[in-house]
Amino acid sequence: MNAPHLPRMFDGLVAVIRRDLELAWRRPGDVLNPLFFFAIVSTLFPLAVGPDAEQLALNGPGVLWVAALLAALLSLNSLFLNDYEDGSLEQMLLSPQPLPLLALAKSMSHWLVSGLPLVILSPLIAMSFQMPARATTVMMLTLALGTVSFSLLGSIGAGLTVGLNRGNALLSLLILPLAMPVLIFGARTVSLAAADDAVSAGLYFLGAYCMLALTLAPFATAAALKISNE
Amino acid sequence: MWTFLHKLSSPPHFYDLAARMIPWLAGSALLLITYGTIAGLFFAPPDYQQGDSFRIIYVHVPAAYLSMMAYAVLAVSAGIGLIWRIKLAHAVAAGAAPLGAWFTFLALVTGSIWGRPMWGTWWEWGDPRLTSELILLFLYFGYMALRAAIDDTAKADRASAVLALAGAVNLPIIHFSVEWWSSLHQGPTLIREGGPAIAAEMLWPLLAMILGFSLLFGALLLARVRTEVLIRERRAKWVRKLVYPEETA
Amino acid sequence: MELLSMGGYGAYVWTAYALTFGVVLLCVAQGRRRHRRVFSDLRTRFRSAVERGK
Repeated sequence: MNAPHLPRMFDGLVAVIRRDLELAWRRPGDVLNPLFFFAIVSTLFPLAVGPDAEQLALNGPGVLWVAALLAALLSLNSLFLNDYEDGSLEQMLLSPQPLPLLALAKSMSHWLVSGLPLVILSPLIAMSFQMPARATTVMMLTLALGTVSFSLLGSIGAGLTVGLNRGNALLSLLILPLAMPVLIFGARTVSLAAADDAVSAGLYFLGAYCMLALTLAPFATAAALKISNE
Repeated sequence: MWTFLHKLSSPPHFYDLAARMIPWLAGSALLLITYGTIAGLFFAPPDYQQGDSFRIIYVHVPAAYLSMMAYAVLAVSAGIGLIWRIKLAHAVAAGAAPLGAWFTFLALVTGSIWGRPMWGTWWEWGDPRLTSELILLFLYFGYMALRAAIDDTAKADRASAVLALAGAVNLPIIHFSVEWWSSLHQGPTLIREGGPAIAAEMLWPLLAMILGFSLLFGALLLARVRTEVLIRERRAKWVRKLVYPEETA
Repeated sequence: MELLSMGGYGAYVWTAYALTFGVVLLCVAQGRRRHRRVFSDLRTRFRSAVERGK
């Protein structure tokens, strides 16, 4: 007979990610809504400021990045909400798996469901802003790093506001100041790429910030979840 | 020394000690600020480039300095409250936030007023310090909004502490990123970095103002924390005796 | 007066100073008011609790 094996450390991480992906598969709206939002917001700017091609090319990176940030905020609200409502959040808090690891798992599944599709869609949107090829590659790279950071930062905010009445607007207010450096470096790096300037500084920064967030954010999120749920 | 610190974290002791310290802090603050204002406004020589408008430095720099010091106090006391579970530390954080927000607001407004004659506009995105101050103001708002949204005091204390710490980690990053961002644009800055050596008559009033406002912040903070303590400890016997002494008479 | 006009920048300088001291005084006054209000609120509560207990 096989001896039952104790769960290994990353089993919890994989289980949470797998579960979230399955849930997202069953509710495609969760994935598609932020994507549509991203596309629509990106379209709002040209409509509002006018079709002048030069101006669009100039503002494209900024617009895309703001849209990406807003789309991330939109999907962060429900990060823990569903789990909170059906009791699985409590299960996570009680489980013997380290909570920071589970928090990291939630952030990762959030990115897989909202950030990654956005990165994949972005070149399409970038075309409408006359973005040159080099800039588009840089844009995808910066967005990839940036959306990971957004997911990680956002889960701190989501953990703090889960179960609060009007947590949505509050969540945005909490996350936006923290996310500004990422926005600044991301958007400007893409602008630099469009102007054929050096982009390494920006990329290094985004990478470093992403690493910092990966190491610290899960602990903050875990602390936030514990506090919100006692 | 440890008994002193231990006693300090006891609310009734703090309440009395703070009451005794406030007059000293406020008094010395008043002296320093009076000297700094008069010397800065009337006795410091006018600046070579900016004329008399540079005198705003004597209120702008203290405000900006304090806006950041207040956040440091906020983050440190919130961290102490979170890690060592000292209730008084949370009260200090709660008291520091509105004060810090006010000073940040002052830094922004005086900075904007100072910039107007130089830039021709009321706001200049190219100035990194001003933009950083704006983001700092948002951090304060977020902190206070989170506190207000949570009814249970203990929970609000701890949740906002996590936020304060996250903000503290991000603060240097925010400064750095805004500096980088504005350096790409080469915008005009408010304070000349490493210009001609600042004259002594210009420097002393500035130092006095910075120190004076810091002491003032200390006094204001202690006063607010005293009020917070009363509210938080309202069920305690010492509060009862203090507020309604006739009962035990 | 040269003092008041501040080399032409008078409006800016004096507004900045006025605002600063205004806010400071506001903080002082607001803090005191709040403390007094809390104090008297608590006092009223204790008193009515004692009255009810009698």
